[in-house]
Amino acid sequence: MTESAPRCPPLSCRTSPPQGGRSAASTLLLSWQRWRLAKVGRPAQSPPKWGRWPAGQRGARQSAVFAFLFLSLLGVFASPAHADEAALRPIIAKFAAAKNFKATEAVVQELAATGDPAVERPLAALAEGDLYFRKSDSAVFIGREARQAIKLADPLTGEEAGEEPKAAFTKIKVNNALRRSIRDALGGLTLGSPDANARIAAADTMFKTPVAANIEALDAAIAKETVGSVKLKLEQARASSVLVSDLPEDEKLAAIDIIAGVGSRDALSLLTGYEAGAEGALKDAASAAVASMNSTLALWASAQNVWYGLSLGSVLLLAAIGLAITFGVMGVINMAHGEMVMLGAYTTFVVQNIIRTSFPGLFDWSLAIALPLAFLVAGAVGLAIERGIIRFLYGRPLETLLATWGVSLILQQAVRSIFGPTNREVGNPSWMSGAFDMGELSVTWNRLWILAFSLAVFFLLLFVMKRTSWGLQMRAVTANRRMASSMGIRTPWVDALTFALGSGIAGIAGVALSQIDNVSPNLGQGYIIDSFMVVVFGGVGNLWGTLVGAFSLGVLNKFLEPYAGAVLGKILVLVLIILFIQKRPRGLFALKGRAVEA
Amino acid sequence: MRGTFSTLGKFLSASAVAAGLGLATPALAQEETIKVGVLHSLSGTMAISETTLKDTMLFLIEEQNKKGGLLGKKLEAVVVDPASDWPLFAEKARELIAVDKVSAVFGCWTSVSRKSVLPVFEELNSVLFYPVQYEGEESQRNVFYTGAAPNQQAIPAVDYLMNEEGVERWVLAGTDYVYPQTTNKILQAYLESKGVAKEDIMINYTPFGHSDWQTIVTDIKNFGSAGKKTAVVSTINGDANVPFYKELGNQGIKAEDIPVVAFSVGEEELAGLDTAPLVGHLTAWNYFQSVDTPENAAFIDAWRAFTKNDKRVTNDPMEAHVIGFNMWVKAVEKAGTTDPDAVIDSIIGVSVPNLTGGFSSMMPNHHITKPVLIGEIQADGQMETVWETSGLVVGDEWSDYLPDSKDLIADWRAPLSCGNFNVATGKCGGKGIN
Repeated sequence: MTESAPRCPPLSCRTSPPQGGRSAASTLLLSWQRWRLAKVGRPAQSPPKWGRWPAGQRGARQSAVFAFLFLSLLGVFASPAHADEAALRPIIAKFAAAKNFKATEAVVQELAATGDPAVERPLAALAEGDLYFRKSDSAVFIGREARQAIKLADPLTGEEAGEEPKAAFTKIKVNNALRRSIRDALGGLTLGSPDANARIAAADTMFKTPVAANIEALDAAIAKETVGSVKLKLEQARASSVLVSDLPEDEKLAAIDIIAGVGSRDALSLLTGYEAGAEGALKDAASAAVASMNSTLALWASAQNVWYGLSLGSVLLLAAIGLAITFGVMGVINMAHGEMVMLGAYTTFVVQNIIRTSFPGLFDWSLAIALPLAFLVAGAVGLAIERGIIRFLYGRPLETLLATWGVSLILQQAVRSIFGPTNREVGNPSWMSGAFDMGELSVTWNRLWILAFSLAVFFLLLFVMKRTSWGLQMRAVTANRRMASSMGIRTPWVDALTFALGSGIAGIAGVALSQIDNVSPNLGQGYIIDSFMVVVFGGVGNLWGTLVGAFSLGVLNKFLEPYAGAVLGKILVLVLIILFIQKRPRGLFALKGRAVEA
Repeated sequence: MRGTFSTLGKFLSASAVAAGLGLATPALAQEETIKVGVLHSLSGTMAISETTLKDTMLFLIEEQNKKGGLLGKKLEAVVVDPASDWPLFAEKARELIAVDKVSAVFGCWTSVSRKSVLPVFEELNSVLFYPVQYEGEESQRNVFYTGAAPNQQAIPAVDYLMNEEGVERWVLAGTDYVYPQTTNKILQAYLESKGVAKEDIMINYTPFGHSDWQTIVTDIKNFGSAGKKTAVVSTINGDANVPFYKELGNQGIKAEDIPVVAFSVGEEELAGLDTAPLVGHLTAWNYFQSVDTPENAAFIDAWRAFTKNDKRVTNDPMEAHVIGFNMWVKAVEKAGTTDPDAVIDSIIGVSVPNLTGGFSSMMPNHHITKPVLIGEIQADGQMETVWETSGLVVGDEWSDYLPDSKDLIADWRAPLSCGNFNVATGKCGGKGIN
């Protein structure tokens, strides 16, 4: 099943039509091709937006479809592309002779200088590290590794050229500097792309790496542009290019205004760099713009801190919420709580492993499948611990502490023996990868989902505690065990299920935490202290206290971190909590009533 | 080469003297084995890295026994578990040397564990091979440092970024303990000697196992938006790397814009990570699994056959153990005995093939010569070498860039026999920054 479609980096997937737009036929074909792309199974691992296709996803049937599509598309645009092919091939052949990165870069520049859109494909392949040459005759190919063999394709047309053993080929190496120059070169080439997003990407690249020579191409592109948002980006890119050109001062002043209006970090970076070398009125204008941008960005930075605090708080809440049941409600000092979180994370790993090998199409659902399983696994282990150990130790907190600590070591070593001591890879589904920008705030999807998830778990738990008869029994047993028992509640049974519930919740927390942390046998240790801190700070026995405690500790931590550093910040938070507990020994939201005194 | 009998006799008398008790009759010597101690954590936080090294030692000993052992005897591994507990390292080392009577010990990962066993090796006069890159500022008679000193890893990496990537602004990010702190001190002094301004260096420390990197990654992003090319030099250790790289990927920091060069991230660490967003970030080591030499291919095949896992990765500290073990074997053969004093004398100058296609030699300062490789992380979790030193680099135990240690040298050959000789005052017993 590793046979797959011809290697087709995203940029070269777009056939390059002759300048001046595309025909109706090509639009139709392109959109059909996209539809196929969308339909043909989702990639098994978080697919980067511009990244490569994971190997082994698509079958031979699709590859036939693709080959057909390419051939037909080539047919549509054949004439202009073929005209230059003869000129391009000798340049591409030079890649094989390039002995170092500088030489390779010279070839890239030469290719880019032709201005032929056809060079997109080999350049994009090179940037991806997919360009090879044959050791015997130095012929250059686009290749995709398939175990010991390599699938070849023509560097210009993308036509398949069979499969040969890997040992016969040498990969043309790329480094960051080379990737940058390819990105810049492609930026110039994709400025006329029919895809608005590609044009925006090209404009963004030009904005970040301004070259005076770009102005001409940008002017032409601006004149042709019909989409407002793209036009704006192009004008910004032009402004940044104007700064490095030798155009007159008033043009540059206007450019500074435009760049200041962008307000992003990249714009700030450009202007700060420019300010250092500028003189006179230009320097003043740049300094003023930098100053005003800095003050706006400072505001954004505090908003960012609040968001980071909420996100850290949601992680703390998730980790602590199970403990709020076992420790907060039942009063069991459960040192094995972190290991329940770890078990949940390992359940996710096992689920993803099975999905990867047997049902790759379901990968984006892996977390949803893992959730109930993690709850059951951790819950069952919790039940066993309660029935096997803790029920003999009620009312003896010190012994419970030691016993559960022992259990935690046993669980850790058991997991280490079964899964090995190294980290296990848990992938992020596509909907949990990447980030989006809100103004200058960059919000990562995984953190956002974890925040939403932690709140959902919290309210679900609150509902169970307050609105179901099981929750009522739980609270009754906590409030007065003997009274509850004489009312006919089977207290041992309620104890066991409550402990299982707390452990199960810790298990589903593990599913979420597997997305942002290591899945290793030590996973739980990192959270146990924080969890106790949150529960004690929020008020033992009070779910709302846990919520408020988690978020206030998160935000406090994140506001201290930029000033005090991560190490000192953590210590300061701990000191503040100790002082707070001195003042209010029962935490933020103290339970009142006889049960507490007893 | 002497006859087996005299070799045996010499070994017996030597070990009897060294151990301080007479060994039994020659008849017993028939079943006698040479014991090799393996002192790596198999539980606790460091198990993640050290378990592989324990397996490596078992593998090397098995291979050596297949070749007929050493001095006509079989080798026998004595494995103990110091459980990532630093004082326990000293106890277990004592147990290995005094109770199990091992001839040499291969072990330790963290600097603090090495520091905790040093007095034991000195007191009981045994030999330790330490396979991990470390901060330098040390040279001890009983220890052989087969990992990289700062000048065999950190400084070439910074040179690469400065010359090839044109980096002008530096973030030195590390975990809060001795290795990153010392390395960053050396790097800071080095960068300042190269004319980098103080405000262009940002130093940041985080606790062990730090998992919330949002603020720090944003800080790095902000630090990088000052119109100068910026890079991150990461001495972040162990587990904290995974969430760090995840956050970098999620916040869209590309290697083309702000490259990160890491000194503690190897193939093992990347195995627990989806590496697609990390392509292009850098690591500096003396060995990569991807190195294309026949020696390396043979080693990987044998290692995978030994572990019965055809996906098992190899890494730099493993290569250090391979080199260290082979050097010890050669030195024992040369001396004709496993007596520590004889081995300490005979190992200097011993040269064995490394896995990158060259030879590594033991220098008089108990450090070895190594090539330095800079690799870029690939989508399959491997490193692709993008740059390497033209020749071998000699490990420099006392950094030339720190005012406290620039006059110190180590030379364990007679007549100097000193690990901290001050060339300015001409006296033995200088102190570095530790």
